[in-house]
Amino acid sequence: MNSIVIGRYIPGNSWIHRLDPRTKIILTFVYIMILLFANSWGTYLVATIFLAGVIYLTKQPLNLYWQGIKPILWLILFTVILQIFFTDGQPVLWQWRFIKVTLPGLINAIYVVIRFVLIILMSTIMTLTTPPTSIASALESLLGPLKKLKVPVAELALMLSIALRFVPLLMDETQKIMNAQKSRGMSFSTGGPIKRAKAVVPLLVPLFVGALQRALDLANAMEVRGFKDADHRTRYRILAYHRADYISGLMMVLFIIVFSLINLKGW
Amino acid sequence: MAITFEQVNFSYGQGSLSQPILKDISTTIPSGKITAIIGQTGSGKSTLVQHINGLLKPTNGKVIINDFELTSQTKEKQLVALRAQVGMVFQFPESQLFANTVLEDVMYGSLNFGQDHLAAKEAAQAALTMVGLPSQHWDKSPFALSGGQMRRVAIAGTLALNPPIIVLDEPAAGLDPLGQAELVKLMLNLKKQDKTVVLISHQMDQVMTVADWTLVMHQGQVIAAETPTTLFNRPLSWFKKVHLDLPTAGQFAQQLMAQGWQFKERPLTLEQLAQAINQEVTIHE
Repeated sequence: MNSIVIGRYIPGNSWIHRLDPRTKIILTFVYIMILLFANSWGTYLVATIFLAGVIYLTKQPLNLYWQGIKPILWLILFTVILQIFFTDGQPVLWQWRFIKVTLPGLINAIYVVIRFVLIILMSTIMTLTTPPTSIASALESLLGPLKKLKVPVAELALMLSIALRFVPLLMDETQKIMNAQKSRGMSFSTGGPIKRAKAVVPLLVPLFVGALQRALDLANAMEVRGFKDADHRTRYRILAYHRADYISGLMMVLFIIVFSLINLKGW
Repeated sequence: MAITFEQVNFSYGQGSLSQPILKDISTTIPSGKITAIIGQTGSGKSTLVQHINGLLKPTNGKVIINDFELTSQTKEKQLVALRAQVGMVFQFPESQLFANTVLEDVMYGSLNFGQDHLAAKEAAQAALTMVGLPSQHWDKSPFALSGGQMRRVAIAGTLALNPPIIVLDEPAAGLDPLGQAELVKLMLNLKKQDKTVVLISHQMDQVMTVADWTLVMHQGQVIAAETPTTLFNRPLSWFKKVHLDLPTAGQFAQQLMAQGWQFKERPLTLEQLAQAINQEVTIHE
């Protein structure tokens, strides 16, 4: 279970770790948006350099990022195959009936791989360096204006942070129950599809019972400690932008300018 | 059915991220006896016992369970045979219950190992009788029972498989005194049936009462393997160092000695304590 990197937070004290979570969310979002406009080698090169810089600033081993990409390699591969074989254009390099490989198809495929990897890495950096609870409070702050439209933003953010908090707990619990049932002779990895589907019942029932119990316990614990509604709570951590946030904003603007110039020139 | 650990190392993760949990463990758990594993939280007790039924495989070294050799190379398919030999009751085992009725839940393991329905049912009934759950509860949903009763059902689920080795990971945690006493009776009963019982426990009184052999774990190593009597006669400073306590009788005797009492031997059970006090008083009279 430890091999899943996407969505995992790794504590640290790097420059990126210390940024305000709102900055990280906004900049990640902007970066991904900008990336959608990339259409030439030059633009991808700038975007890659920018990302490399950010990765360097996180002070995390490169191996970790590779671990993050590995589980979705097959998805990338699938998209690449679609791109290679089903893109129209000239010149055609190879053809068999309706399947053909064209030069634009090949180039597109490479672009898609780069874009995929860049987007995944940038979002991985965001979740890797930001505790889930900070992400939740950042979202609450960013979506604040929606409160005027009667959207229960505070409650939604609270639900999100509780849900995120429970993920590792439930994974742990799943492992424990699997161990217990394995000790009673259940095999989760052998047998036909029906046998495997049946094997899930002794796993899911205790998992749900336990999760509901935990949810009740948590609700009680919150009420006992005076929780009424999410709207009127003051905060433990007050979000504030610092110099580093302005600097990173500035870096992003710089990146956008360089990117646009290259984009316009078509390099 | 002795269990032998030969230079067992175990770590989570790989490469630079790896964390050693067990360090070079070589020891034997005697057959047909009750062995207690003690040590503070995080010392590796649960990790160690999960090597006995192959939930974990040693990173280096091997574990020999009767004639089964468990190494890092052992395949998942071979492990089913091992799990029929080793029953394991986890901490808070009631969290593994899932079936519609108590009886069905206890039968689950036997059916997994390919017993026919009738034999499984008989084994389940025998196991439920052994843990002392009255038959009026057998057709109820396990979720309708009290916590202590659920614990019994879960333990019965393991006993029904009739494995020669039974591992219990803190089975008494959260039970009331009566439940704990019954658990002790159950373990002694299993020993009478010539089963090898491995018990993880934080209760030194329980260890002193039931165990024939103790393993003390500290920071991933076995630092003592001896009888409980030998163990609890070690100097007090040693217990402080490894964050363990004497049984209640021993602690009480320490308090008396602080008041000027003298004992020839350190009393370890309440019975020994009473005798020792009686002797002291008679001498003074």
